[in-house]
Amino acid sequence: MYEILSVRELAPKIKLFEVHAPEIAEKARPGQFIMVIINEKGERVPLTIAEYDAGKGTIAFAFNEVGKTTKQLGTLKEGDRVWNITGPLGNPSEIRNFGRVLCVAGGVMIAPMLLQIKALHETGNTVVAVVGARIKELLFFKEEIKALSHKFYVATDDGSEGYKSLEFLKDVLAEEKFDRCVAMGPVPMLKTVSEFTKPFGIPTVVTLMPVMVDGMGMCGVCRVSVGGKMKFGCVDGPEFDGHLVDYEELIKRQRMFLPEERLSSLLWELGGCGCGRK
Amino acid sequence: MAESKPKPKVRKQAVPIPKQPPEVRKHNFNEVALGYTEEQALEEANRCLQCPKPQCIRGCPVEIDISTFIRLLREGKYDEAIKKIKEKNSLPAICGRVCPQEEQCQKMCVLGKVGEPVSIGRLERFLADWERARGFTVPEKAPSTGKRVAIVGAGPAGLTAAADLAKLGHEVVIFEALHLAGGVLVYGIPEFRLPKSIVQAEVDYIKKLGVELKLGYLIGRTYTIPELLKKRGFDAVFIGTGAGLPQFLGIPGENLGGIYSANEFLIRVNLMKAYAFPEYDTPIRIGRHVAVIGGGNVAMDAARSALRLGAEQVCIVYRRSREEMPARKEEIENAEEEGIICKFLAAPTRFIGNEKGWVKQMECICMELGPPDESGRRRPVPVKGSEFLMDIDTAIIAIGRTPNPIIQSTTEGLAVTKWGTIVTDENGKTSLEGVYAGGDIVTGEATVISAMGAGKKAARAIHEYLMNKK
Ligand SMILES: Cc1cc2nc3c(=O)[nH]c(=O)nc-3n(C[C@H](O)[C@H](O)[C@H](O)COP(=O)(O)OP(=O)(O)OC[C@H]3O[C@@H](n4cnc5c(N)ncnc54)[C@H](O)[C@@H]3O)c2cc1C
Ligand SMILES: Cc1cc2nc3c(=O)[nH]c(=O)nc-3n(C[C@H](O)[C@H](O)[C@H](O)COP(=O)(O)OP(=O)(O)OC[C@H]3O[C@@H](n4cnc5c(N)ncnc54)[C@H](O)[C@@H]3O)c2cc1C
Ligand code: SF4
Ligand code: SF4
Ligand code: FES
Repeated sequence: MYEILSVRELAPKIKLFEVHAPEIAEKARPGQFIMVIINEKGERVPLTIAEYDAGKGTIAFAFNEVGKTTKQLGTLKEGDRVWNITGPLGNPSEIRNFGRVLCVAGGVMIAPMLLQIKALHETGNTVVAVVGARIKELLFFKEEIKALSHKFYVATDDGSEGYKSLEFLKDVLAEEKFDRCVAMGPVPMLKTVSEFTKPFGIPTVVTLMPVMVDGMGMCGVCRVSVGGKMKFGCVDGPEFDGHLVDYEELIKRQRMFLPEERLSSLLWELGGCGCGRK
Repeated sequence: MAESKPKPKVRKQAVPIPKQPPEVRKHNFNEVALGYTEEQALEEANRCLQCPKPQCIRGCPVEIDISTFIRLLREGKYDEAIKKIKEKNSLPAICGRVCPQEEQCQKMCVLGKVGEPVSIGRLERFLADWERARGFTVPEKAPSTGKRVAIVGAGPAGLTAAADLAKLGHEVVIFEALHLAGGVLVYGIPEFRLPKSIVQAEVDYIKKLGVELKLGYLIGRTYTIPELLKKRGFDAVFIGTGAGLPQFLGIPGENLGGIYSANEFLIRVNLMKAYAFPEYDTPIRIGRHVAVIGGGNVAMDAARSALRLGAEQVCIVYRRSREEMPARKEEIENAEEEGIICKFLAAPTRFIGNEKGWVKQMECICMELGPPDESGRRRPVPVKGSEFLMDIDTAIIAIGRTPNPIIQSTTEGLAVTKWGTIVTDENGKTSLEGVYAGGDIVTGEATVISAMGAGKKAARAIHEYLMNKK
């Protein structure tokens, strides 16, 4: 059992949980993820580590309430416990002094991006940050990221704050030189950013979030095509070369269980845990 | 307890084991074989000739004193009989069910020369179930040695090593990556062949021995092997991480929706209990026409699970012929009784998807058998121009599993073969001091009983190492 020490609402339906997990906190590095199982009947959900503190023995993760499990997680309060957390999983991000790094984060993934930016900043990089969301109400961590960035941009899908869409990035890329680009967020965003950076030959690292079950290389459901080769998101990733990923396939594979996920979520919303319903 | 007298004449036929009828069982996940009643067990035990030099024992990888336990059984001394088994095998309820007996103990039984061999596995199962129904008594442990051993992986190899080391007085901690203990016994072998309550009872027994179980610890990530030894205060480590890495065919279309590795399919169904979705959160989608590729126990388990989840038609596609099929005979028969179709001498060449990225057809090519290959089985050779299409909406790939690689890649100095298995001597000692290994991680995919045997041997070697160490 892992105790929730604090709950922070970052934006509507986006929460940050800090949990007591000293063994994970000691080993965690930026870019890694954990598997959370809410209770004995729960599924295993992968969530990216957004903070860790070995001294306090804590880690934090942010989640978007989109389906059954994340909605259920959203009802938990400080002092509640989750059944199991496994981690840290996946390969840590490569963190060293690259020079000028463009960091693009969308939606809930702005939270782990802050951790990434802290690490890049500490190793002497010049960070140019872009945070994006559907609408301005869903933005968070703006001040925190801005404080660590040389330049800071905001984009929303509807233009309610900052630039409308990521199109402006083309100009930024045309004017400034970057040594690396790191992107975390929804697949269409990763795809767009990778398309933009490719002509400039900027090494681009994207965090992929395929469907996962075990998260440790045993099932293969997380397979993605990278440069024509089959890779497992959980053990070969979760970061990959953004210019080589087959995004269309990834999008289709992410939707594999959509009807079941909707059913599960609906039953949950209709009341209780859905126990006993067939 | 009725004591029955040995019958004078040799009975050639074994007492059949009661089973759920195929029509019923293909709609549920309950155990297929129901187990002998006391009467049936005694009747079957009485067939044993009590050979002066019992051959059966030589067929058992852990050398259970089979003739003695059968004698005790038919004398009605069930208590002593199960103790006899447990001297060598700490998981008899499991082995009695899943050991490939026809290849092991029963293959060597002399009765097999004139008729059917004694059903040793079923008798073992009877005794184990009898004992479990009464509740386990925890054996006395040796006084504490003050030594600590870390076991990595809670499969049959790890569980056995843990139990033996705990009994010898060592402090044992098991680190298991998944959220449940049991290894393949919980995530692979389905409920209808091995009820999970039995595995749980065995795990509880091991906990009663004082073994600490840490679930959700992926060694190599949470801790590495050197860290366990140097930082976490363990005096020795046993690695029993199994062969869990799924193999794919490497043909076009394999990443379409509806194509599962057998591991994914079985993990969803068994470990995550997707058959009880949405009560349990993990979903599974079963189409109407399911193709299972492969011919081993894993393929059988996947096919029979798919049928129980409501598939209309399940077809096993195997590239050699029935004779070469590695699955247990009994399980092939069970599968066919349930209505599973086997397509022999065929192999998939590509998958074809619909506009939504879901598989709709599988192209196969026919095979013929050429001369034997290095495995001694005749090698399948594709027949030119014999491609054909199968309409399917689900495919399960069950063509083998390779060793889990995380430990090997995070443990400097650990000798590994080119197949990724860990190199050990006959007692499970690896190239690193204080580090032992056994089970599928050393042999590649094998059996429950051989993994247990390896766990036992390693436990003995670890004990010796710890007691002689200054
Ligand atoms: C390595 C890795 C790291 C991840 N890190 C995070 C993280 O840090 N935070 C986080 O929130 N998620 C993260 N995810 C995704 C997260 O695991 C899934 O969103 C989670 O499985 C949702 O579970 P659920 O039961 O609530 O929803 P499900 O029942 O799985 O259904 C969610 C449904 O919502 C859809 N959906 C997913 N995301 C969105 C979205 N942004 N907006 C609208 N619909 C959406 C999905 O397609 C799906 O149909 C990560 C995934 C991976 C593989
Ligand atoms: C579907 C299926 C059906 C089978 N049917 C039969 C049968 O009928 N009869 C038979 O005799 N055999 C059968 N087998 C084979 C048999 O199950 C295996 O040979 C046996 O389980 C091997 O035992 P093990 O302890 O070596 O490994 P496993 O049972 O694989 O256990 C290894 C454990 O280690 C854990 N682990 C892995 N890596 C790590 C890590 N880094 N840190 C912590 N934990 C880790 C895994 O999660 C797992 O729990 C079957 C196998 C499968 C897949
Ligand atoms: S453990 Fe397996 S091989 Fe040994 S006697 Fe029992 S069933 Fe036979
Ligand atoms: S070989 Fe067969 S008949 Fe002889 S003792 Fe063993 S089980 Fe009994
Ligand atoms: S999630 Fe199962 S192999 Fe990656």
